[in-house]
Amino acid sequence: MPQVVLKVGDDISTDQIYPGRFMATVLPSETPQFAFADFEFNERLKSGQVPHGSIIVANNNFGCGSSREQAASCLKGYELTIIAKGFARIFLQNSCNLGLRTIICPTLEASEGDEVEVGATEVVNKTTGKSSPITPLPKARQAIIDAGGLIAYTRQRVLQKHGRA
Amino acid sequence: MAGMTIVQKILARATGRPSVEVGEVVEPTVDLAMSHENAALVINQFLDVFKGTGLEPKVWDPSRIAIIFDHRVPAESSKTATNQKKVREFVGQHGIQRFHDIRGDEGGICHQVLVEYGYSRPGMVIVGTDSHTTTHGAMGALAFGIGATEMAGVWSLGSVFNVEVPATIKVVVNGTLPAGVLAKDLVLFIVGKLTAEGANFKVIEFHGDTIRRMPVSGRLVLCNMSVEAGATSGIVPCDEETLRYLRDEAGVRDPIDAVAPDADAAYDRVLEIDASSLAPQVACPHTVDNVKPVGDVAGTVVHQVVIGSCTNGRLDDLEVAASIVKGRKLARGVRMIVFPASWRIYQAALKRGVLTDLVEAGAVIMNPGCGCCLGIHQGALGDGEVALSTTNRNFKGRMGNPKSEVYLCSPAVAAASALTGVITDPRS
Ligand code: SF4
Repeated sequence: MPQVVLKVGDDISTDQIYPGRFMATVLPSETPQFAFADFEFNERLKSGQVPHGSIIVANNNFGCGSSREQAASCLKGYELTIIAKGFARIFLQNSCNLGLRTIICPTLEASEGDEVEVGATEVVNKTTGKSSPITPLPKARQAIIDAGGLIAYTRQRVLQKHGRA
Repeated sequence: MAGMTIVQKILARATGRPSVEVGEVVEPTVDLAMSHENAALVINQFLDVFKGTGLEPKVWDPSRIAIIFDHRVPAESSKTATNQKKVREFVGQHGIQRFHDIRGDEGGICHQVLVEYGYSRPGMVIVGTDSHTTTHGAMGALAFGIGATEMAGVWSLGSVFNVEVPATIKVVVNGTLPAGVLAKDLVLFIVGKLTAEGANFKVIEFHGDTIRRMPVSGRLVLCNMSVEAGATSGIVPCDEETLRYLRDEAGVRDPIDAVAPDADAAYDRVLEIDASSLAPQVACPHTVDNVKPVGDVAGTVVHQVVIGSCTNGRLDDLEVAASIVKGRKLARGVRMIVFPASWRIYQAALKRGVLTDLVEAGAVIMNPGCGCCLGIHQGALGDGEVALSTTNRNFKGRMGNPKSEVYLCSPAVAAASALTGVITDPRS
């Protein structure tokens, strides 16, 4: 069962998730080393203590600020799931495009260490026994996730345009 | 049926439909697609799209792509220099004309260059791999930030795939801004009122007589910082001032689509502001919506004063600062760093003696570009230091050091404070 490995508050900016001074690093294979670089959590990630599928729980406006895609790709590198009361628009879009799992769940209450199960329509905190409904993503975004991310989706569309699919 | 907001009108045109509803998902065609150094990542993703297709990677329309180097100029590391080299090669191969390299005759911050060169125009759909793409709403466009992968989609097919037609917050500003109170103070006040996520997924449309009288340079400040309230875009509908700027300053000769919202458009919310009652504002660490009147934080010791960026690096900003420090000296213990937003501005400020006034007072003039705004190079802060800056973000670590603090303000507050070494009301 996935655990909550980090709990953060409102307005976590992309400067906190992926500081600007590492922006020359762009490849998704290289960005994860700088995830939350100014926080102790970075050490936990890099030392392999955080299993794939682990959960970050956030309040409102997670990912506000810069459009830097590294903020999504660095978390995707550890296959984290982000459950937030709300996301900033560009971050949410980047996450869907790159396949970072983002769940909008406005009423979830959870602490670090809680075991949490993400279902299709609700999030269940196994530690407290409470379940909270998920706000579904808009259909168009789901289509991109279903295609396996925006690159795959665009590739399909390009092939269609050239009568190859 | 209610009329349409300006965003609905622009998106209807860009999807070839008579109207669009708020909340529906559309795929508008793109008129202008802008990137800066992060074009290097866009190129990676773009080439990836074509992998295994047997098709030659080709951008949909090179004339609609603009690339401007600004974030790390001149390159601060071999990594950046290599990325820039790769972009330069791509630009050449694909025939991208609107490319602004690191040059004193045509360079600058992307958001300033796009406006100066008349690339951003009313009615356009403009996307940029930069969150402050909202700036171009000042020209009456729908302009918003997207990620690099999404831009790869735009380069491939010429449209943005899933845009939810945003609801619009109407901000009506009437009255005359008092002396010493600038567009920056107004937008800080608005961000404070709306909060950092108050306009998330929404657009801010600016109206009122204060806006009508405001030159393009001030409108750019408002739209630039709309994203700090989470807005998809800030928009000032095209009016005489927009046309004046485009014709007289940007040298645009083609027909202009002066799209305007319907009088009976439906708004999500209306915020009315009396400009005459405003004082200078300061956004305190570490969120942009932590806004206070300058009096509440006056006396706070500052170590570095920054004037510049896509928010406040224009000629009128430099002139305001110069008029305050001219003939005087910066306080000991304060560094004042000035980043003009473009080389055109730099040249104009040079000719008018503005740069001389600043340098003689003790300021350091850096080359146009993003400079210390995003903490990559030039003007990093020491542990425990405080910056007072005319830039647009004060998130923890924004200027390169999570152990420092950044306050945001107008060029007038910044310059007045550089003389005293503490946050100072420019009206005093
Ligand atoms: S000046 Fe700052 S906010 Fe503006 S584009 Fe550059 S980094 Fe971004």
